[in-house]
Amino acid sequence: MEDKMEDREVIISVKNFTAAYGANVIIDNISFDVYKGEIFVILGGSGCGKSTVLKHMIGLYPPASGQIIIEGEDITAVEDEKKIGILKKIGVSYQSGALFGSMTALENIMLPMEEFTNITTDMRKLIAKMKLEIVGLKGSENKLPSELSGGMIKRVALARAMALDPEILFLDEPSAGLDPITSAELDQLIIKLAKNLHITFVIVTHELASIYTIADRVIMLDKKVKKIVATGNPQYLRDNSKDPWVRQFFNREAEVQTAN
Amino acid sequence: MSANKPVSVNAELSYQKAPDGSIVVFLKGILNSDTITYFYKELTNLLKIEIPRKLTFNCKDITYCDTIGVSLFIKAAELARQNNYGYEITNLDKKYTQLLNLFHPDTQEAVGEVTIKETFIERLGEDSLNLLGDIKESITFIGQATIALLQSLLNPRKVRWNDVLITSEKVGVNAFGIIALVNFLVGLVISFQSAIPLEKYGGTIFVADLLVLSTFRELGPLMTAIVVNGRSGSAFAAEIGTMKVNEEVDALTTMGLDPIRFLVVPKIIASLIMIPILTVFGNLFALIGGLVVMITLGFPPVAYLNEIVSAASYVDFLGGLFKSVFFAVIIAGVGCLEGLKTQKGPAAVGDSTTSAVVRGIILIILFDGIFGVLFYYLGI
Repeated sequence: MEDKMEDREVIISVKNFTAAYGANVIIDNISFDVYKGEIFVILGGSGCGKSTVLKHMIGLYPPASGQIIIEGEDITAVEDEKKIGILKKIGVSYQSGALFGSMTALENIMLPMEEFTNITTDMRKLIAKMKLEIVGLKGSENKLPSELSGGMIKRVALARAMALDPEILFLDEPSAGLDPITSAELDQLIIKLAKNLHITFVIVTHELASIYTIADRVIMLDKKVKKIVATGNPQYLRDNSKDPWVRQFFNREAEVQTAN
Repeated sequence: MSANKPVSVNAELSYQKAPDGSIVVFLKGILNSDTITYFYKELTNLLKIEIPRKLTFNCKDITYCDTIGVSLFIKAAELARQNNYGYEITNLDKKYTQLLNLFHPDTQEAVGEVTIKETFIERLGEDSLNLLGDIKESITFIGQATIALLQSLLNPRKVRWNDVLITSEKVGVNAFGIIALVNFLVGLVISFQSAIPLEKYGGTIFVADLLVLSTFRELGPLMTAIVVNGRSGSAFAAEIGTMKVNEEVDALTTMGLDPIRFLVVPKIIASLIMIPILTVFGNLFALIGGLVVMITLGFPPVAYLNEIVSAASYVDFLGGLFKSVFFAVIIAGVGCLEGLKTQKGPAAVGDSTTSAVVRGIILIILFDGIFGVLFYYLGI
């Protein structure tokens, strides 16, 4: 949290971003910045477009309009080599893990190193094992994804996202489906990585407990207006937000039937 | 050769040997994925020349170190343990020490690569058991599918006719083009090839006899079945296999819906309707292929037609159709069975699809042979 007071260097800048599937607008003209080394959480009710924002930020989909600038380069405008250059700086772990089914856990993690570095094979193996150790999966090196449980798959996916020690890690629902202890350990790991390595995290999640623990800053999206309805520190928003819906969300209350 | 060291990146390894045999290694600059190979190669080269009494890293000048960088220390620690010399890290920045402490020093060796070598006997036993299980599963499936089919016959309203129609379109209507083309070409090629030897005996017109008999009795049903097996048998296996992987089949079961009735029966019914129809069209197009050859050889179409009518009987035609009904059951049955047998993961879907096609073709050819012998003894 002390990082907040430093001169804040913007690492990702989303400007006037609109996302749409066909004529169906999901996100309507939003702008926000992510600062280097912070843990940035994207929040919102189900179906509000959190994952959509994330997938646009990593350049999977072109936005309907607007710019997404990662370290000074607009990921929506670059192609080929330049885009790969940006993608090497980021790591992504997907909601379902998205491990390659035909490779063992270790091979899944070694793949990005094989493709993008000249690290020797035995060092690659060691590094991949270290990554597995970080996520608490020592001993599962030679298991295929089909032999891993849902929570283990997520952790291997996180390890794979970290394979190249990226500057920015995008995590889509990292702790969903994990038990509370593993989930808390994952939170500690995220904090440690952010603090020690100045890795920037962009996380989509619902888990309130973990949001309070890890998030430096959150943005909250709303399905109805398709915009950001709140930005800031989660504890602050819980206690001080003027928007009743935001307070409800942070206090985990059921929706009150109101006239709107 | 220090080609491993990126020119633009700040990284340097130097060392000092003390007379007592200990070595101090100075690490300087950035330790990350770009520089790790340089550091690692330099270090191993150094340790290759002589094994020190003690290895000390002086990390005063490290400006950045991530988890990939930390792997250098873990590797060095392991080398030190293997060769029994002392090992120490000094002046490492606190935040990097914290990072290093995330790892247990035995990370590398902790994982004995478990590769259990199976003996031939073990393999044989395992494979035999698998084969037996396979056969049992197939028999169970045939029983279940038969019961489900009979039940649908007794109670046609329980059949999901909508699915039958959709599958019929995919299996039949959409396959029409390729069935027509394949059979046309087979008819054309067979007529052309047989015309050459028959011409020597002045019996070119008998090309028609040869073509119509071989098409009606064998090639029409067989070619059609093989093409449909490749097109639709694989599709059945992939569809049901993906549903299995996504736990959709389990969902059906827990909802009290029998997956066989729900998924398999409509596909079998659709195949039973469409494959004989496709076979009829296949026969027709094979004969058209023959017609093209005969016309180019100078025969009037009427002569070709008359020869066909006199050579073939309804028995030949219906015998072929009878076979195609069995082929339909094989294609749909094998495709669905392989789909339902799918294990976990996307690769498993590929395996099921492959084995659906392979087993389908083997069974089709096998049954074709059996029918050939059967028809011979029955005098058909």
